[in-house]
Amino acid sequence: MDDPLKETKKGVLKKLFFSTLYLSAFTFGGGYVIVTLLKNKFVDELHWIDEDEMLDLVAIAQSSPGAIAVNGAIVVGYKLAGLPGILFASLGAVLPPLVILTLVSYFYAAFRSNFIIQGMLSGMRAGVGAVIISVVYDMGSSVAKSKDALLLAIMAVSFAANYFFNVSVVYIVLLVAAIGAVRTIVRERRKDKTT
Amino acid sequence: MIYIKLFLAFLQIGAFSFGGGYAALPLIQAQVIDRYHWLTLADFTDLITISQMTPGPIAINAATFVGNQIAGVPGSLAATLGCVLPSCIFVTVLAWLYTKYRNLSLMQGILESLRPAVVAMIATAGAAILLPTFFLDGTPSFQAGNFQARPVFYFVGAMFLLRKKKMDPVKVMVLCGAAEVAWQSAVKFL
Repeated sequence: MDDPLKETKKGVLKKLFFSTLYLSAFTFGGGYVIVTLLKNKFVDELHWIDEDEMLDLVAIAQSSPGAIAVNGAIVVGYKLAGLPGILFASLGAVLPPLVILTLVSYFYAAFRSNFIIQGMLSGMRAGVGAVIISVVYDMGSSVAKSKDALLLAIMAVSFAANYFFNVSVVYIVLLVAAIGAVRTIVRERRKDKTT
Repeated sequence: MIYIKLFLAFLQIGAFSFGGGYAALPLIQAQVIDRYHWLTLADFTDLITISQMTPGPIAINAATFVGNQIAGVPGSLAATLGCVLPSCIFVTVLAWLYTKYRNLSLMQGILESLRPAVVAMIATAGAAILLPTFFLDGTPSFQAGNFQARPVFYFVGAMFLLRKKKMDPVKVMVLCGAAEVAWQSAVKFL
């Protein structure tokens, strides 16, 4: 693996910024795509990060809240150049959606009153619903396949709490995270005892 | 002050959406629609549609769009900053812990139990979008004039294309839109 320090610090930051900018501007299809592309760029092309470490960096990006694409850029930036790296990488990742949605926002009112666009957007609502339900089905069946009673209970109870009783998403996340933490600690203790 | 409100609302969205992408939907809905009424549910659905067709994460797109609609460019910057800040902090702390201990099992245990909760909350967001699409007043009653047959037809068609034909979601959505445009044009001009 080449040492990124061989490059000047400025060169690393510049490359970080333009790589994340480019990836963010041209990747459609969500965060996981961008994580793959980050790997291509920094592991396969630049050899700044080795493969195993990249897997752990991706795990960190996925374990943190927020958009995976931004998290991926931040963790790579941190690894390569510390705090300045975070700044440049996240700026690169955020800039394209910021510019594009600003433009969309300006034209939204005009856009919305156009006969064709209006029809498009209202027809697409059913499509968006289908896309979301399809995602839920995929994610839900992978939870169901785990045959883990606690996970299934969490899924059912969270849905009921959120949908029927309007319990805030924030409380659900906090409570479920606490359950997960306790469970992991208990599990690790047990493992320590048996070994 | 509106900038601080935008910043704090999106700070919460950034801090509590575990699992990326769609996981942000229920949080955006809770803050932007239910709590502050910055967008209507119809605007929100349009925003998801636009997000699907432009690059970039839904949460960042939502922050920029809502911020801009409510308070112009400074608003969009405040919202986007709020959305990204928790990521910066969490990722940095985790990366630091990782380089120190090389062990992420606690975080991964937490994540494992969060996943089903995230699925449930995305399902709620999906239901919140579909109900008013299928029923004019948003409640599932099949009275004449309330039930909308056409969106249900699009939904079933879209599910078929997504699940059986594995079609790209953006194409599926565009097809639904085109079908509605064709229908409305037919009604208007024939």
